[in-house]
Amino acid sequence: MNKYKKITLDGLIFQNPTFMLVLGTCPTLGLINSAFSSLGMGLTVLVILTLSNILISLLRKVIPNAVRIPCYIVIIATLVTFARMVLEKFVPDLYDSLGGFLSLIVVNCIILGRAEAFANKHNVGEAALDGVAQGLGFTLALTVMGVICEFFGSGSLFGYQIMNFGVGMLAKPAGAFLVYGICIAVFVYVIDCFERSRRVKANKLARENLLKEAV
Amino acid sequence: MAAFIMIVLSAVLTNNFITAKTYGICPFLGVSKKTSSAAGMGVAVTVVMVLATLVTYPIYTYVMVPLNIEFLEIIFFIFIIASLVQMLEAIIRKISPSLYNSMGVYLPLITTNCAVLGVTELFTNASMVDGKLDLGSLGDVVAGFSGTMSMNIGWALLYALFAGLGFTLVMIIMSGMREKLNYYKTPKALAGFPIAMVTACFICMAFTVFSYISI
Repeated sequence: MNKYKKITLDGLIFQNPTFMLVLGTCPTLGLINSAFSSLGMGLTVLVILTLSNILISLLRKVIPNAVRIPCYIVIIATLVTFARMVLEKFVPDLYDSLGGFLSLIVVNCIILGRAEAFANKHNVGEAALDGVAQGLGFTLALTVMGVICEFFGSGSLFGYQIMNFGVGMLAKPAGAFLVYGICIAVFVYVIDCFERSRRVKANKLARENLLKEAV
Repeated sequence: MAAFIMIVLSAVLTNNFITAKTYGICPFLGVSKKTSSAAGMGVAVTVVMVLATLVTYPIYTYVMVPLNIEFLEIIFFIFIIASLVQMLEAIIRKISPSLYNSMGVYLPLITTNCAVLGVTELFTNASMVDGKLDLGSLGDVVAGFSGTMSMNIGWALLYALFAGLGFTLVMIIMSGMREKLNYYKTPKALAGFPIAMVTACFICMAFTVFSYISI
C-alpha cells in the first residue's frame, strides 16, 4: 500500500513533472495563456502517458535493450496519432486551440522520461498508476498556471469574461515564462518549508525519546 | 526579394521559435549556462532543422499526400529525424573528430527537440491554411504580402535555416545573460530554473516588440 501512496505523491508533488523536474516545458509555456487549452493539453498527456506506460511495461521483456528508445518513440508516436484523430473528430475546439503542440507531444520529455525511468522497470499496475499520477501532476500544474495567466492576462476564465482589463503581457510567451518561473519558486519554497517543519518535528521526537530512555 | 525579406524577418524576429512559438525550450533552459555550449547547440539544431526539412518536405509533398497517408506524418517525421540525427552523428565522427567532440554531446539530444519536429510540422497541411504559411504580423512591412505565402521546397529550406539562426540568436543572448547572472546573489527559492525563466521573460518581452512592427 505504502508503495502506491509513494508513487502517487511523487507524481503529484515530490517529483511533479512541471515544477520539480521541469520537463515538458514547450507545451506548458505555449498553452498556459488559456485555461481551457492547458487543461485539454494536461488531460491529453495524462491519457497518452498512462497508455504508453502500460504498453511499455507490458513489452518491457520483449523489447531488446539496445533499440529500446526507437521502440518507445514508435509506441508514443502511434498513440499521439490516435489522440490527434480522436480530438479532431470529437473535440474540434480543443484540436484548434492546441495547434502544433498536439503533434509535439511525441517529443514531450515527460512521456519518454517516464518510459525510460519508470515503466521499463516496473509491473503494469505500478506503471499505470505512475502514468496517472504524473499526468495528474502535469494537468494540475498546467491548469493552475493557465487560470493565473488567463485571469490576469485577458480577464477571463475558461473563455468567460470576468474582468474588463488584463495585463496583455501575461497572455504572451513572456508572461508565461514569468508565471512559470514564479510558480516553480513558490512550489519549491513551500515544499522546502514543509520538509523542514517535518524534520524539526522528527528531531524533537527523537530527542524526547532519548530523554525518556535516559530517565 | 520581398518574399526573402519577409521570411527572414518572420523566422528570426516575429515568429522566433523560442520567444513567439515557445518551441525548443528544453535546450534553451538546459544548455544555456555557457555561451560556447549554447552556440554549439544552436548550430547543431540549425543544421538538423535544415536537413530534416530537406528530407521531410519532399516525402510529405510527393509521397504522403498523393497516397493519402498524411495522418501518419508524426510517425514518419519522428523516424526520419531520429535516423537523420544518428546518421549525422556517424558522419561527423568519421569526417571530423574535433567537430564531433565539440558538437557530439548535443546531437543525440536533438531527436527529442520540439524545434526540429516543429519546423517540419510547419509545412504540413494541418499547420498551413489553404496551402499557405502564416508569417505572423509582418504582412504590412513588405508591400504586396498579406502575411501568408505559399510554400515550395526553397522557401521551406530558407524558413528552416533562418528559424534555426533565430533559435541560435536567442540561445546566445540567454547564455550571455545567465553568465552575467552568476555574479549576482539570487534568493534561494529563485536559484536555478526560476531565475532563468524570469530572464527568459525579459528576452521575450524584447522580442514581442518586433511583432508590433508596421511601416
